[in-house]
Amino acid sequence: MLRLVDAAQALADLTEISSQIVEAAVVAEDGTELASTFGDEHRAQRFVEGVQRLLAEADAVRVARGLPELTQLEAATRDGSIFVVRDPAAARLVAAATRPEPTVGLVFYDLKHCLRSIEETAPQTRRRRADAPA
Amino acid sequence: MPRRRLLTGVLLTLGTLAGSTLYRRRAARHRERVDLYADDGSMTSVADGEPEAQRLLALARELVQQAR
Repeated sequence: MLRLVDAAQALADLTEISSQIVEAAVVAEDGTELASTFGDEHRAQRFVEGVQRLLAEADAVRVARGLPELTQLEAATRDGSIFVVRDPAAARLVAAATRPEPTVGLVFYDLKHCLRSIEETAPQTRRRRADAPA
Repeated sequence: MPRRRLLTGVLLTLGTLAGSTLYRRRAARHRERVDLYADDGSMTSVADGEPEAQRLLALARELVQQAR
């Protein structure tokens, strides 16, 4: 059975099970950062803003190619990959940076599991570091 | 003796073909790209060199650097 936790705990669980993930963040659809693994709040915010820009650009490509709504993406570069998985029902997404040449299917599986495990929580969990003590 | 030479030639050819295939597969894996997955289960790949790839990959590289 799936254990429901807050966003910070879900990210802590994610980085514990996936050694391929370097950093990750859970973001509300409106761009609000809900939790991240970044130790530095400024870096976390820049990462989230970058993810929003990447999604906007990907969405423009989607429209140009006449595709339906995007649910996930992987951008592979020589130094690593960026993964984004959306949960439209919960109006949030999880984004992660991985090492180069990750096991794509496994990373998507772990990110989806992370999203599903997040329960609706009060706003006080927002902007909490994933490895911060509960 | 000619049979030995023939065998050597065949083995060299097979080795070259196998090496070339492995090299091409590895090179393909290293290629930068963006894979977009839609909610109908379809996937489209934007490969490096395509017009849309430049901006997408620049943003992705920036994010990867931020995460290091």
